[in-house]
Amino acid sequence: MSRTLISAAEFRRPRTRNTYYAVLTGTVVLFAAVFLFPMYWLVAGAVRSPQELADSTPSLIPRTFQPGNYVDAWNSLQIAHFFLVTVEYAAGGWIIQLLVDVAAAYALSRLRPAFGRLWLALILASLMLPAAALLVPTYLTVADVPLIHRNLLNTPWALWLPGAANAVNIWLLKRFFDQLPADLLDAASIDGAGRLRTLWSVVLPLSRPVLAVVSIFAIIGIWKDFLWPYLVLQEPTAQTLSVALARLSTTSYVTPNELLAGMVIASVPMVVVFLVFQRHILAGLSAGSLKG
Amino acid sequence: MAVVAAGAGRRVEVPVRRPSRRSVRWARLKRRVGDNVAAYAFLAAGLLCFGFFFSWYPLVRGILLSFQQDNLVADPYWVGLDNFHSLFRDPLFVTAWVNTVKFTGIALLFGYAIPFVLAIVLNELRHFRGFFRVTVYLPVMLPPIVSVLLWKYFYEPDSGLFNTILGGLHLPKSQWTQSPGMAMLSLVLVSTWANLGSATIIYLAGLQNIPGELYEAAELDGAGVWQRIRHVTIPQMRFLLLILLLLQIVATMQVFIEPLQLTGTTDPHTITVLVLVYRYAFTVNRDFGLAAAMSMLLFCVLAIFSALYLWLTREGDGA
Repeated sequence: MSRTLISAAEFRRPRTRNTYYAVLTGTVVLFAAVFLFPMYWLVAGAVRSPQELADSTPSLIPRTFQPGNYVDAWNSLQIAHFFLVTVEYAAGGWIIQLLVDVAAAYALSRLRPAFGRLWLALILASLMLPAAALLVPTYLTVADVPLIHRNLLNTPWALWLPGAANAVNIWLLKRFFDQLPADLLDAASIDGAGRLRTLWSVVLPLSRPVLAVVSIFAIIGIWKDFLWPYLVLQEPTAQTLSVALARLSTTSYVTPNELLAGMVIASVPMVVVFLVFQRHILAGLSAGSLKG
Repeated sequence: MAVVAAGAGRRVEVPVRRPSRRSVRWARLKRRVGDNVAAYAFLAAGLLCFGFFFSWYPLVRGILLSFQQDNLVADPYWVGLDNFHSLFRDPLFVTAWVNTVKFTGIALLFGYAIPFVLAIVLNELRHFRGFFRVTVYLPVMLPPIVSVLLWKYFYEPDSGLFNTILGGLHLPKSQWTQSPGMAMLSLVLVSTWANLGSATIIYLAGLQNIPGELYEAAELDGAGVWQRIRHVTIPQMRFLLLILLLLQIVATMQVFIEPLQLTGTTDPHTITVLVLVYRYAFTVNRDFGLAAAMSMLLFCVLAIFSALYLWLTREGDGA
């Protein structure tokens, strides 16, 4: 690691050292209190009894312990159903995004069609269009898709189609494909591999790192998305977990501890994905930050 | 055929027999046409069906829609500037814009400055580096609805955690989201907590790219820690600071879920541009034309910042 603000020589001075340990302790305490404690409170709140939750003098450690609240939420709030629906949406959306984006990036990077630069410029410029400002016309488009005249509201396609062509993904994939050694692709073509075969057997196996990053961000994006699913999935049975939680939070038959348990269940997959892939996610975030 | 065309227009010659010039040209042309046909087959899905249906087409449609009356029941018809006239007459129009600018301003005050300071401190810490990185980013991973509902539960005036803590410290309690003075700040706090992790991580990556020699040189010149921050860190990070400023403005001006869940769509203290769009289009009146007109105004404002961002991050790769 290269040197930072404080040099190693300065660091060895007792006064700097003391300040350093004070700052270190302060930061650890601050982070635990600000970022971890709210999550502890959420998980712990879900096992308290309704009476204890309503109490205005809560204790740090739950006085009552009802892990059954999680089971209740899973079954009676139908969190199980919404969880599976969200998994289905995320899996489908991920596959469609990969198919569409890989094909587009491969064409733009390796086949270099006429007007390729124009298409790439238009795709990248679409990043400029803020999703929220186009909500209304996109909603109307999904409610009656041009050419095929289908109403996609309350179907998974309402999430899959608008999310399919992702400009950031196309750009990341294209940039990666551009850097693959040309000799390797030439060799494949000399061996008689067609374009699809080259993509499948040469390009994709070499692109595992970028495919991993694109996949992780695609799945996280779909799982966390709220505004768009909230608009296009008004029918309760078709809703994602996030949208269902928003609806359940306003109904009176849901007890607060069951709602908290539902919130924990909605977060667990994301936390697990993060802990498993944290290197990919944190590195991808800083690498991709300059575009998207 | 002794010539094998390979790659994009490159030839690999196999020294057996020189083919005629015409057949080489013919093979090349065939290759180009084949590449184009294949490329457009691969691109078709991305370009036509999706990319344009759901990005450029809605933009055009939104512009047209803002001059139309459309409620999804009757056929849309042209109304000229009527939508904009009714917008300007709606007292909530100005309120929504003022609130949005206020939210963006306060959110930048917190969400822009804190991650930078945090990143500078974290970059100096030599212990628990993994812990800090994971912890600061953890809230970003939670689904936004979870963060918002969790804070709603903290803000609860009677039994919420915040008032319990304030009461325990013998400080005056607050009505949080339900008090006109605190409502906006309450929304900003949630949004800052949920989002500051990404800016912090991005700044950290930027700080690690600052060459150590610059600090070395500054130190030799007798610069103290503060001067090093002022004359080395900040100038070196200027580009990243500008980029994140633009990104955060665009993101925070589209605030929606916080007011929707914490204060509802009718509270004049916290109604924002997007909440008003939602109200026009998706609640009682279903006035898509009016909502589109409002969206287009938001689009015009955001487009300035987005265009600046794209221009600053442009690359020489044909984009």
